[in-house]
Amino acid sequence: MTQAPSETEAVVLTTGTPDRRRRDDGRWAWALIAPTLLILAIVIGYPIVQAVRLAFQADEQLDPATGFFEEGGFAGGSNFVHWLMQDCGGGAGSCPPGTLGSEFWSAIGVTFFFTIVTVTLEVALGFWFATIMGKNLWGRSVIRASVLVPWAIPTAVTAKLWYFMFADNGIVNSVLGQQIPWMTGVWESRFAVIVADVWKTTPFVALLILAGLQMIPKDVYEAARMDGASRWQQFTRITLPLVRPALMVAILFRVLDALRMYDLPAIMQGASGGSPTTTMSILVTADMRQGNFNSASALSTLVFLVIFLVAFVMVKFLGANAVDQTRAGARPATKEKTS
Amino acid sequence: MTATSARNERATVHPPRRYRSENGWGTRLGAVVIVLFCLLPFYWMVVVAFRETAHTFDTTPWPTFVTLDNFTAALSTSAGNDFLAAIRNSLLISLCTTLVAVLLGISVAYALARLEFRGKNVVTGIVLGASMFPGVALVTPLFQLFSAPEVGWIGTYQALIVPNISFALPLTIYTLTSFLNDMPWELEEAARMDGATRGQAFRKVILPLALPAVFTTAILAFIASWNEYLLASQLSNRRTEPVTVAIARFAGDNPYIQPYATIMAAGTLVTIPLVVVVLIFQRPIVAGLTAGGVKS
Amino acid sequence: MMRSTKRIAVLALVAAVALTGCAGRSASDVDTTARGPITMAMGSNDAGKLAPVIEAWNAAHPDETVTMFELPKDADPARDTLVQSLQARSGDYDVMALDVVWTGEFAAHRWILPLEGDLAIDTSGLLPATVDSATYRETLYAAPMNTNAQLLFYRTDLVPTAPATWQDLLASCPTARAADVDCLDLQLKSYEGITVQATQAINSWGGSAVGPDGLTPTVTTPQATAAIQAVTDAYADGDIAGRSSGFTEEETNLAFLAGETMYAYNWPYMFDTAKTEPTSTVGDDFAVAPIVGPDGVGASTLGGYNNAINAYSEYPATARDFVAFVQNEDNQRAFADQSFPPVLASVYDDPELVAQYPYLPVLKDALEHAQPRPVTPFYSGVSKAIQDNAYAAITGARPVDQALADMQAAMTAAAS
Repeated sequence: MTQAPSETEAVVLTTGTPDRRRRDDGRWAWALIAPTLLILAIVIGYPIVQAVRLAFQADEQLDPATGFFEEGGFAGGSNFVHWLMQDCGGGAGSCPPGTLGSEFWSAIGVTFFFTIVTVTLEVALGFWFATIMGKNLWGRSVIRASVLVPWAIPTAVTAKLWYFMFADNGIVNSVLGQQIPWMTGVWESRFAVIVADVWKTTPFVALLILAGLQMIPKDVYEAARMDGASRWQQFTRITLPLVRPALMVAILFRVLDALRMYDLPAIMQGASGGSPTTTMSILVTADMRQGNFNSASALSTLVFLVIFLVAFVMVKFLGANAVDQTRAGARPATKEKTS
Repeated sequence: MTATSARNERATVHPPRRYRSENGWGTRLGAVVIVLFCLLPFYWMVVVAFRETAHTFDTTPWPTFVTLDNFTAALSTSAGNDFLAAIRNSLLISLCTTLVAVLLGISVAYALARLEFRGKNVVTGIVLGASMFPGVALVTPLFQLFSAPEVGWIGTYQALIVPNISFALPLTIYTLTSFLNDMPWELEEAARMDGATRGQAFRKVILPLALPAVFTTAILAFIASWNEYLLASQLSNRRTEPVTVAIARFAGDNPYIQPYATIMAAGTLVTIPLVVVVLIFQRPIVAGLTAGGVKS
Repeated sequence: MMRSTKRIAVLALVAAVALTGCAGRSASDVDTTARGPITMAMGSNDAGKLAPVIEAWNAAHPDETVTMFELPKDADPARDTLVQSLQARSGDYDVMALDVVWTGEFAAHRWILPLEGDLAIDTSGLLPATVDSATYRETLYAAPMNTNAQLLFYRTDLVPTAPATWQDLLASCPTARAADVDCLDLQLKSYEGITVQATQAINSWGGSAVGPDGLTPTVTTPQATAAIQAVTDAYADGDIAGRSSGFTEEETNLAFLAGETMYAYNWPYMFDTAKTEPTSTVGDDFAVAPIVGPDGVGASTLGGYNNAINAYSEYPATARDFVAFVQNEDNQRAFADQSFPPVLASVYDDPELVAQYPYLPVLKDALEHAQPRPVTPFYSGVSKAIQDNAYAAITGARPVDQALADMQAAMTAAAS
């Protein structure tokens, strides 16, 4: 560890010149941040570097003479072309059905569909949950504990549980009095994954939003009521702007998570690709299972880029960057109402 | 009274015992709907867990053919399963992860929200970027890294804790930063003028106000770690495996039959510690979550 | 802190070397006479069946004990675990119980030692199809431990005798309709099960999935087309139950036990569940027969495990002795006793066992007609090509000819 400035030194420094102070700030900041960067470098940085490196190597080739695999050598961008152009060796679009290459765009479509639908539902429901959880209700603790339950059940069990409930002779069909093929129909199985995900993750969103709601001082509402604001106005003019940073963090994290969705569809529908719920992450594992580590690395790099783009757009244009708000400028305008 | 100073008045730890008339029937109904939404599937899991295997697909909505056999099966060590050990492992891993991730999260969030330094945006970018790489692509490189002879981490707890920390970090950092940004730092400033050190000022003034966020974040981090399966399945061994891996390994008598009832029993057992934790920490959590509110 | 950064850099190098240099060892630079304690890795659902075998071995060889390491229950994670450790060049798992379809891939990566020279084993008493499943490019790479073949289960209260051909089977379907049950249930969900069904049909109709070289796909031949067409027609007519498109072995088993189908294709374990599970409603009103093709007994697809020796093992000689020990008569008989079909042909004729397990002669008949799935180093890609396109053909999403042309192309792409 780098030596952090001692506390007495810090006190002296804070009363010093702004310049001295900034230097001191910098030293403190890096001392505080270093361990985090170290962990991220090991767990995330190293694999990313590896993936990018491998993405430009060809997968091993079978030597027809011996029947053994040999090194693939340098591949240039051919792994990326393989995915983006569905090139299985015969030019663009030469990947027939039944190859992973042919599923690239559908996997991206499915992933985005899941992301948009689940995040929308989770935020809408989560907001409603949070509003009710924030009220002084009798039995509030019961609600809090029960909201954590879906989230406390490991995803693997959640997947099995819903798989079991959605089975042909399961409880869902029995309650509905229908024979819906939840696990085999294309849209039915997608719907099943969405239901399981919304059930499991809404509490997470609700808690994040609730923590944001709790930061809003009550007297703001008192003042607004005195000014004759309606319930709806209070919601749109006070609640939404004030809770926005917390909400954006929740949405950003959910979107990043949903874009990497793996466990639920993999356990409910299988992870070898070819199912109507094949997401980008499932495609990566399916390709690794076929022993194509290098084209799988190219694919994970592409997935990373897709997610990065989405995050970039969200941070840049939707203001999902809670961190960027400087202390001075981030105060919501509604504050004036409260004076 | 400004929003800021309103928040400075320490909230009461106990929510007022006076229920507002604003809680109309709509709210009460909503509360019931929420509880049902969250608990019905869980209830079904418990019912099936207590049902004889022969009637696993019975759709009677209340407990029938009640038996403890599935729990016996889930806890039996005869088939090489050791579920209690797995629960211990999960608790250890998740608690360590939560502790470290929250501590690191507070440090980074403090640096980002409070300190002026170059490269702030780079740090935020890195933290956010870390949560974008598909987890499935981390497994192989990490396995190879940890199994290198110089490291020899496979089958140790740190092999599971370190990756879990890195998964929890973006969340803890982001959430805590967004809260610390809204803190009344002028108060901390004032405390420093009165001779408090940086650390004291933070502990005495800011931390109490940030507690709700810290608690919420800790819960989120704990559960995220508790649920991690993908990496654990590859980086753990018999001694260190967490519950998620143990459940996935549950086998029935033959490979083609899913032991649903056993899995449901295991799921029930896994959920109970968390509910217990929530109930034990009910008071600080509620206090934390309502600290933002003001005495009415 | 400085030291750990350095360490990471060193590690990155080590891992880079490990990743890029995946060349295995060939038999020539291995000491094939070394002996010592070894570990065996096997999926947790069947590992228990080896406990008595290992116990007996350890009692006789105190200096060369065998320890069981249980892999995850499901095939994919189990294979992942093995592949990862082999890529890290670890000799941790000296003996690996490979699902039959992994043999080609492990051999082509030089991860397992060919069983020749010091490591040769006697295969004369084994069922020939099991030896084929462990043979890659004319070389034996693993010792078959147990095998499996699908059987036709039929309800004796509805049909007194088993159908002799596919046409006979379809001709009896009106009986099932009259009884308001499915005629035939099998596994057509898009997973490994439909690969088994598709290759089973293709082989039964006299075709083959791949040519003699194990690589060139041959699924557009008239025989293969006729086979998939027959299954597709039966599915369209409802003779194969519509819900089979979502069935794995498990749903098939549940449906049969609930008395919801007259015929079912499944592995022999269903014999035990139908007899003993408390949920079973079929009691003794069922029997088994070999699966059927157009001219009689069909060619079932082989299942089971092959024991391979890790190329990085420290004690190959012990590993070799142990995999041979697993094949001895006592152990194979014990397998039969646990519905773990043996690879030793003689066990199937044992009157005592046959009295206890009446399906053994039928199973032997099925195994003598059985064919392994393609022994190819690209198995998962090939299987996926078969799965996706067979599912599309049988469920009517694409015409049979087109789906088979796609299958041919996808299998070719998988093996390039």
